[in-house]
Amino acid sequence: MQLARVIGDVVATRKDENLTGLKLLVLQPIAADGTPTGRTLVAVDAAGAGVGETVFFVRGKEASFPWYPTEVPADAGIVGIVDRWDVEPPYAGSGPSRS
Amino acid sequence: MQIARVVGTVVATQKHEKFAGAKLLLVQPLTLEDAPRGSTLLAVDALGAGVHEKVLVVMEGRAAGEALGRKLAPVDAAVVGIIDTVDVIA
Repeated sequence: MQLARVIGDVVATRKDENLTGLKLLVLQPIAADGTPTGRTLVAVDAAGAGVGETVFFVRGKEASFPWYPTEVPADAGIVGIVDRWDVEPPYAGSGPSRS
Repeated sequence: MQIARVVGTVVATQKHEKFAGAKLLLVQPLTLEDAPRGSTLLAVDALGAGVHEKVLVVMEGRAAGEALGRKLAPVDAAVVGIIDTVDVIA
């Protein structure tokens, strides 16, 4: 899993029927110091997340497991909303609390 | 699997039910020379690993779910060992 910030949402009227009713959010993965790292991506939401929140997401077919046995065609899924994270010295500072 | 260092912890109250009670660790993958390699990632921990420990992390969904002991868990990384030593004959 990886930490990310939810920076937007996606609306798609015409889509795979197994995506019907699912929330699609735009994620910016972040490093342990809170800075953006890597490319943005779109993930399905299994945690009730919203724009502006810090979340963690899973990559791969496991992203569809929350809807099993429906085969959701997703390769990334939000599975938790982060309250806070802590990085112990000497590795780095600590992450912000949920806003 | 990858060798990684546990560098921190994550607290998340609102999460998928399969994560209930599971510990979430921030781990930094390491090279064989103990240098950081790539971004930190989150791994579930069923072993009781602590911060600063060097661990073995599996980065594949099915294996991670098995390590957690839960089928169909939406996880992609798990701590599966706490490393005592690594010996490489160079």
